[in-house]
Amino acid sequence: MSLTQSRIEEIQAAAHQVRVDVLRMVHAATCGHPGGPLGMADFMATLFLEHFNLTPANRLAPDRDRFVLGNGHTCAGYYALLAQKGLIPREELLSFRKFGSRLQGHPHRNLDMGIDFSTGSLGNSLSVAAGMALGARMRGYDSRIYSVSSDGESQEGQIWEAATSAAHYRLGNLTVIVDFNNIQIDGHMRDVMNVRDLRDKYDAFGWHATDVDGHDVQAVNDALEAAHGVLDRPSAIIAHTTIGKGVSFMEDQASWHGVAPNDEQLAAALAELA
Amino acid sequence: MTPTPATAPLLAPGDRRKMATREAYGEALLALGRQNENVVVLDADLSGSTKTKAFSKAFPERFFNMGVAEANMVGNAAGLACMGYTVFASSFAMFAAGKPWEQIRQSICVPELDVKICATHAGLTVGEDGKSHQMLEDVSLMRVLPHMRVIVPADGVEAAQAIMAVADAPGPCYVRLSRASTPLLFSDDYRFQIGKGAILREGSDVCLAACGVAVAAALEAADVLAASGIEARVINFATIDPIDVQLVAESAARCGAILTVEEHQIRGALGDAVAQAVVRNHPVPMDMIGMDDAFGQSGTADELLVHYGIDGASIAQRAQTLLRRKA
Repeated sequence: MSLTQSRIEEIQAAAHQVRVDVLRMVHAATCGHPGGPLGMADFMATLFLEHFNLTPANRLAPDRDRFVLGNGHTCAGYYALLAQKGLIPREELLSFRKFGSRLQGHPHRNLDMGIDFSTGSLGNSLSVAAGMALGARMRGYDSRIYSVSSDGESQEGQIWEAATSAAHYRLGNLTVIVDFNNIQIDGHMRDVMNVRDLRDKYDAFGWHATDVDGHDVQAVNDALEAAHGVLDRPSAIIAHTTIGKGVSFMEDQASWHGVAPNDEQLAAALAELA
Repeated sequence: MTPTPATAPLLAPGDRRKMATREAYGEALLALGRQNENVVVLDADLSGSTKTKAFSKAFPERFFNMGVAEANMVGNAAGLACMGYTVFASSFAMFAAGKPWEQIRQSICVPELDVKICATHAGLTVGEDGKSHQMLEDVSLMRVLPHMRVIVPADGVEAAQAIMAVADAPGPCYVRLSRASTPLLFSDDYRFQIGKGAILREGSDVCLAACGVAVAAALEAADVLAASGIEARVINFATIDPIDVQLVAESAARCGAILTVEEHQIRGALGDAVAQAVVRNHPVPMDMIGMDDAFGQSGTADELLVHYGIDGASIAQRAQTLLRRKA
């Protein structure tokens, strides 16, 4: 179903707010990972506003949807969206990564805040999401289980163990979005360790797999809706994105994977986004 | 003065038929499946050997074979636990504890999920398969993890009770089980409790503290020592973590020397757990029997236990040596 222009604009505004929040949070923390969440903001906002059914009221309901952030280091954007959905007070966002904060440097399972799982160690997440999908099906829930992974995380062997078993057990209620930005800590993914065509790989593992422009809200929404229509196997959406999207000096720069902006860089970045 | 704890009920030596703790696990899991529909079982292509197969046949809708992919099995177990299930995940100890240690840490212990890793074929008594399959480090690896309780049953009676107990104890548990058939020690009125050691024989000259298949050898050693006029207290520490600190301290005070015996590296497991409790509460001379920084080799279970000093005669000899250090 096509989103209305006004709905697209609402989602784009949410993604814009995520970018602003992420920059402020990582700046306040003086450390963290700004590049990934800027690049993921558009597809994450589409998922969280249009599909993932978490609300403050249903956050403990057994049959709610679940979300597992495989690339846990991008959690600033996740927390910012949980704040938009009313699960985290906005004023808490600037406590990110600080001593005593609930907003840990990598997500820690906290159902009160809507955080379904502890992540941060790459490779572990898709197995957990697959287990949730198995459990949801056994319970007879209509829940959808969403996981976000990345091209870098796809270098972990366990991802492909999970891809094998999720297809074997025909987990049609499982959707993974892979943030494919061609950047990892040590440089461009194609130079460090090329995972090649992930759509082809997931397809070969027995998944419904599609490529999508991860910054195109309508295209991401279409891909998610198509995934919901595939009931006999899990779905992988390979979201092609630009790390640091929206801030010119951060775009496609591995150096912005895990470095906080200083005061001048924050001002310049926010000015670009304004 | 602390009252002396009662000794646990043992079968008469002539009544000790043999049974592997993995067999008891399979039977207990089947019984548990009938009682508790919330129990889900995962295995990694070894269900015939780990004995989860009986459960898989009785409850196919609650059993998932994850293939030869233990890290993924652990992650799926965590996800199922998030959906409210009590999950038992089994493989050989080498592959259940060694291969996916990081997944157990991150995906089960950090979020404190209700997953029970039940690992069979632990220790030397795997036998002929040799060092690649003789898991001698699992208790250490599991014991260092916060929130993980580590249980090493001494016989089939205790293994069956331990399975029921961990099912009723929310959160992560590791249960170490054996391939080899070993004597049943306990009578049916024995009651296993997580975190409690059990005195099997009373004595005050030396304390033999054992777990798993080493418990039977420790009882034999006590007989050997008794022939020389030395009365050994024999304790089964089935729970390595949390160790029964009170019983360790009381035994140190009563016996004045403690010798630990386990089918495991002496670094990090029962010996260390008892030593920590001893030095913190009542320092006495100690020694540890087990694998001393070595891997095993092929052989029968009995040949290997004797070769590495985990038999009645060897334990008794080490106890005599330890006694010379008593003040």
